[in-house]
Amino acid sequence: MIFVTVGAQMPFDRLVLAVDLWARGRGRHDVYAQIGDAGATPTHIAWTRFLEPPEFERRVRECHAIVAHAGMGSILTALEHEKPILVMPRRGALRETRNDHQVDTAERLAATGKVHVAMDEHALPHALDDLLAHPTAQRIGPHASHDLITAVRGFITKGNA
Amino acid sequence: MSGATPKSPRVLAISSGGGHWVQLLRLRPAFEGCRVTYASVRRSQASSVPGHRFHTFPDATRWSKVGLVRMAVKVAWIVVRERPDVVISTGAAPGYFAIRLARLLGARTIWLDSVANVRELSMTGRAVGKHAHLWLTQWPELARPEGPHYHGSVL
Repeated sequence: MIFVTVGAQMPFDRLVLAVDLWARGRGRHDVYAQIGDAGATPTHIAWTRFLEPPEFERRVRECHAIVAHAGMGSILTALEHEKPILVMPRRGALRETRNDHQVDTAERLAATGKVHVAMDEHALPHALDDLLAHPTAQRIGPHASHDLITAVRGFITKGNA
Repeated sequence: MSGATPKSPRVLAISSGGGHWVQLLRLRPAFEGCRVTYASVRRSQASSVPGHRFHTFPDATRWSKVGLVRMAVKVAWIVVRERPDVVISTGAAPGYFAIRLARLLGARTIWLDSVANVRELSMTGRAVGKHAHLWLTQWPELARPEGPHYHGSVL
């Protein structure tokens, strides 16, 4: 199963419709998408608007690959479960989010091999074919870096960072 | 509950849903031995923090003034009710409200800017950072002597 997610807050039609078109062209019937409130509805792939967090995590655990907006909830959950993830960043200019921070996130995390990236809907079909042909994934542990845990813990218990 | 006693610090860990919440959960070892209350937007998130107190508040975007007011009122109620010694937030608006109010009530406060903010701090982070006792970024390039500081990331 390929799991598509746009996060809980806003729709992301460019992503959902591009995956829908791809799935139809490839004859894939194993795609499930969480598309957000008020988004355009796909015609080929299965979809729901929202998933409660436990259900979201189950979908991630059971899928083979993830296609997502470049949001940290999707990315961190994928990495915690060592799932290959292809992200497409939302654009501020298209009012898909407030600015282009997802472009920065996608570029930075792709540079270290944590995510695969399609910068827009035109790049997505090829990137998705690539991802399925070479489904590489990194795993991260369940917790933040040791330094960050130590800094926060030190502040809480001793009053300094 | 990892050894929390009635004398352990009371920590309020609060964030929006989605990525902010996932980042907050990745800090959990830092709260060991504390009495931790969590707060976020959906009741189902409580299943990620079994054994802990959990509050919800209404979600809102920065574009909805009415939504933000309703969120602020509920967050204020949570802060007053919990009277935390420490408030920690990974974002966004609810963390702003909680940190500003809790500080007035004498709590110590931590703002951890989201790892998603690679090139510049979040708008909320810039607004609330100077009000937080510990102001952190997750990217070394964004650290400044006067804050935010860099001590690693959730990754």
